[in-house]
Amino acid sequence: MKPLAFALLLLVTEPLLADSNLPPAYWANRELPNPRQEAEAQALMEQLRCLVCQGQSIADSDAELAGDMRDLVRRRIAAGEKPNAIRSWLIQRYGTWISYKPTAEPAAWPLWLAPLALLLIGAWLIRRRIKLKASG
Amino acid sequence: MSRGLRLIPIILFLFVLSGLAWRLVKPADTAIPSQMIQRPVPQFALPPALPGKPGLATTDLATGRPRLINIFASWCLPCASEGKVLQELNHRGVSIDGIAVRDTPDAIAAFLARNGDPYERIGADRQSELQIALGSSGVPETFLVDGRGVLRRQYIGPLTDANIPGVLQELEQAR
Repeated sequence: MKPLAFALLLLVTEPLLADSNLPPAYWANRELPNPRQEAEAQALMEQLRCLVCQGQSIADSDAELAGDMRDLVRRRIAAGEKPNAIRSWLIQRYGTWISYKPTAEPAAWPLWLAPLALLLIGAWLIRRRIKLKASG
Repeated sequence: MSRGLRLIPIILFLFVLSGLAWRLVKPADTAIPSQMIQRPVPQFALPPALPGKPGLATTDLATGRPRLINIFASWCLPCASEGKVLQELNHRGVSIDGIAVRDTPDAIAAFLARNGDPYERIGADRQSELQIALGSSGVPETFLVDGRGVLRRQYIGPLTDANIPGVLQELEQAR
């Protein structure tokens, strides 16, 4: 009887990350009337990382905090703020973590240099092979 | 191709494998710390979250005495478990202000009736605006503000009894 009661109790438990009791923010799921501004906002939202669903952008995430961040981005774009200014404002709060756009920080240098290094190694390997063929 | 060169792919493979094994054993920390620590609290003024208790503004924080700002919500389960700890801190003379995220007055009143009310003021943050401005990424979180209104420490997740000595010590140091 006890396991059954426990199973029934599980049915009525609430998830740990419950949703709030307020509807989404006004601009969370609404496009800006100005298409150019909406495109700017959309491009920025796709490059901002959701704090709750950490693999998603705030444009893709259904988390309420992502909705509130979309509202923030759209309101600021509508007020004439530049996307890069909004991005820096958020980076000031959450660090470069919040932005998907690669930075030029020293930590990211290997990332930028890796393709170049691989290309050079490839060229060297090919050169060696041609030389070996020519001599052999 | 020499023998040594032939080993390179195997070595690389083992390197990747050990990296994966390491992360499986010791998963990455997914908490995102606020970068606002050691900076002044941003300018804000939140309306009262429920009748009978004042709202919260930047000017309420630089009082000359360090205090805690607790970010909570009535719909957040870990926040309920934190209530006892906040009340204990309150009994020991710690001033605590609340920020209620995405909440309604009725729900907050019911939550405080259930879990106790350690707050001097509670501001209503209906669109997580202040939460984002503070660099906070969830509920519950607690910030320690010094007497000059500078953010000194962030506690991510619910405070537990084990946190009490540390919090009291940090408050003492923030004087």
